[in-house]
Amino acid sequence: MSTLDLAAPRSPRRRQARRSNFELYSWLFMRMSGLLLIVLVLGHLFIMNILDGGVHRINFAFVAGRWSSPFWQFWDLSMLWLAELHGGNGLRTVINDYARKDATRFWLKILLYTSMALILALGSFVIFTFDPNISG
Amino acid sequence: MTTTETAPSGSRGSQPPAPPGSVTITVRIRRFNPEFDDEPRWQDFEVPALPSDRVLNVLHTIKWYMDGSLTFRRSCAHGICGSDAMRINGVNRLACKVLVKDLLAANGKPTTITMEPIKGLPVHKDLLVDMEPFFEAFRAVKPYLMTTGHEPTRERVQSVADRARFDDTTKCILCACCTTSCPVYWTEGSYFGPAAIVNAHRFIFDSRDEGAEERLDILNDVDGVWRCRTTFNCTDACPRGIQVTKAIQEVKRALLFKRV
Repeated sequence: MSTLDLAAPRSPRRRQARRSNFELYSWLFMRMSGLLLIVLVLGHLFIMNILDGGVHRINFAFVAGRWSSPFWQFWDLSMLWLAELHGGNGLRTVINDYARKDATRFWLKILLYTSMALILALGSFVIFTFDPNISG
Repeated sequence: MTTTETAPSGSRGSQPPAPPGSVTITVRIRRFNPEFDDEPRWQDFEVPALPSDRVLNVLHTIKWYMDGSLTFRRSCAHGICGSDAMRINGVNRLACKVLVKDLLAANGKPTTITMEPIKGLPVHKDLLVDMEPFFEAFRAVKPYLMTTGHEPTRERVQSVADRARFDDTTKCILCACCTTSCPVYWTEGSYFGPAAIVNAHRFIFDSRDEGAEERLDILNDVDGVWRCRTTFNCTDACPRGIQVTKAIQEVKRALLFKRV
């Protein structure tokens, strides 16, 4: 088998197939979340920037008023989770494609997953615990 | 001829006179000799060529009469063996299937043709690359008939419709034009690449074969079909006109709906 040990730097020994559907589901998730995000994000932009006066009427009271309704809470929450996971998964594939070294790939992914977890946690925390009767 | 002993192998002596009707074109070749060069370099040749010549003829003129050290692969020279895949004017083509007249500049302006080795595989010398990583991915998808049970006493019969399902992917000649035109393969050599997926497709959709599940499992992983970004470079590059991206999408669909 020594003939197969020729210097072939770009072809590492191939791993055994893992019998996992993770890549399939993440591919599918990108398509589904993309479709949903078109509705959610364009709707969000339309409400915030175009409808009655657009961006000029946005203040604390406006946001507080919107988040008093579970519908808008759910809208913003799904937008947060879908956009974060969609973008995060996209960046994951970019890192997989372009990182040259395994160590770079590992640390970039750690950074990515940490930032995703932080943003998701903070965003969900704000949406769920928002108090419109804040004093001051 | 006294120069015969010192001329590099492949040289055929002095250049014959330019044939009538020929035009002189500039051929810019990406040269690399690992014995002398640290980095690849460009070298220009002024070559007389007929419009009806193939690019391979131009390379032969250079190798036989100008610089015998020029190194490239070719075998059949008629678009069947798939040896002479290279990047011609920035796109992957077989040198034996591109005519000079299709590359000539308009209105008789001077023509420059660039030739580089195919990208993403280690370069041995000039236009010659190490194909082993490419064939390793090809072997990894098990491109052979897999069956269970006893061998039938007569041939394995197949309907015309069943045969038509994978007809397109039987045309592959393993020239590596598609795989080395894929931007995902350029940056990540562990991706199976279009050619390996095409050859897996040829057996996955063959009604006589029983190894579809095993091959689909192999292609379901991080280096498999989900890495394809549908840039269609492979379909554009294929000298056999195989709808490569479509074949990859069909494998994706088979995985998605668990149906071959």
